[in-house]
Amino acid sequence: MKPLHDRIESLHREYLAALRKERRVIRLWQTALLVAFFAVWEAASRFHWVDPLLFSSPSAIAKLFGEKLGDHSLFVHTWATLFETLLGFLIGTTGGALIGAVLWWFPRLAKTLDPYLVVFNAMPKVALGPILIVALGPGFTSIIAMGVVISIIITTIVVYSAFQEVDPNYLKVLRTFGATRYQCFKEAVLPASFPAIISTLKVNVGLAWVGVITGEFLVSKQGLGYLIIYGFQVFNFTLVLMSLLIVALLSTVMYQLVAIVEKKWGSRR
Amino acid sequence: MFLVIDRLSHTYLTKTTAVTALDDVSLSVEKGEFVSFLGPSGCGKTTLLSIIAGLIEPTEGAVLIEGEPLWSGGSDAQTARRAVGYMLQQDYLFPWKTIEENILLGLKMTRTLTAQTKERALALLAEIGLAGVESYYPSQLSGGMRQRAALVRTLATDPKLLLLDEPFSALDQQTKLKLEELVWKTLKQYEKTAVLVTHDIEEAIAMSDRIFLFSPRPGRLVRTFVIPDELRGRPPLAARQHPAFSPLFQSIWKEMEDLEAAP
Repeated sequence: MKPLHDRIESLHREYLAALRKERRVIRLWQTALLVAFFAVWEAASRFHWVDPLLFSSPSAIAKLFGEKLGDHSLFVHTWATLFETLLGFLIGTTGGALIGAVLWWFPRLAKTLDPYLVVFNAMPKVALGPILIVALGPGFTSIIAMGVVISIIITTIVVYSAFQEVDPNYLKVLRTFGATRYQCFKEAVLPASFPAIISTLKVNVGLAWVGVITGEFLVSKQGLGYLIIYGFQVFNFTLVLMSLLIVALLSTVMYQLVAIVEKKWGSRR
Repeated sequence: MFLVIDRLSHTYLTKTTAVTALDDVSLSVEKGEFVSFLGPSGCGKTTLLSIIAGLIEPTEGAVLIEGEPLWSGGSDAQTARRAVGYMLQQDYLFPWKTIEENILLGLKMTRTLTAQTKERALALLAEIGLAGVESYYPSQLSGGMRQRAALVRTLATDPKLLLLDEPFSALDQQTKLKLEELVWKTLKQYEKTAVLVTHDIEEAIAMSDRIFLFSPRPGRLVRTFVIPDELRGRPPLAARQHPAFSPLFQSIWKEMEDLEAAP
């Protein structure tokens, strides 16, 4: 049996090597694509294939980035946006989940509120921006409120429907033990809905960024959204594009963090 | 009498129809007895089980466990309901809980989780052949092992009456026969009263002391078969081999055929 065993062993090694090679090839192409993108951009700008005033160039952005890092102003703006986004994300998500739980607890309330939720969900929430600024003042409170408003309704709807779709047989098991409604919620409804709640986290990362950047457009005091709108107004597109790249980077990092949480908490199923 | 069902009727109401699932069913079960509710689908046997479990309030009639009515309200009815353990068609172990957390669930819900009851539940798990899987998640066990763990979960609260809702129907033949044997022996050992719902005639004969045959639409109790002593004394596998098994199967089969033929 030894030769067969050895052959399987070597086949498995080859298989793993092939997998690793495939992964390296993909990584290589991804890197190449990134480098090519910036190279073409730089070249297009240098040789005036596109207007450098409008499309800037990677080198100009890097130079500006260095300057802004030097005078610490970039840090202030980035931190403001990140703080608002995190807070908007957390409040929107937990708030939506809590409202979802309340709706589950009071079925009559859920039925009553149903049409209003539909209207709120269909409405473009950024349209509420001016009213929020008037009500909460042109500061970071209204920016966070934008981040919250944009994600809380969809979270409520997704979480509530996840609560409702829990297999009734789990509840049956609990009820045969004489479980209370609270026990049913804690032992079955909430843990069974965890995958759905995690997936709203992923959606909400994107939504919170939309809300906060729009809020900063409107409030125009500080933050990356402010830099974008300011750069646009003074025709400094290097500033606009630099801010955009930072937003892309930060939102990706946040999304990956949520993905890690999902992997960790979802691994038992 | 341990369990008395007195002129029980139940009608399901929907927007468009009113379906009578159970019509004037009366029966009683003695302490330590194993009975089966046998019948084709739509005969209301699962409805009857849910009523006994206290999950549905019947339209009419009463259920008494050791003389305590189930639906009178008040703490007596609560206590009577707690005395009932329910096992479903599938195990419905909670996938996010370990086997240990799963089997202690009933004790936790009834607030009877003590070091002593916990030890008893874990001992029961070992006795049923599942020692060492306490920290596993249900997805790591086979179907038969999961259903055994579900049995431990049901027995952990020490119910006086066990309700088995086709607990073997989702298993393969070999696992099913083994599990029937195990459940039968465990229930006899702890002298539990049990009600089994099934549409499997052989299973009903092999496991029961008495069989209640139901007719469909509306569910009515049509006949009671008393299993002869030479079969009821034997565990399921041995009973299936006994010469008396086949004639009894034939007569119940014929009765069920006649039910279907009737208008």
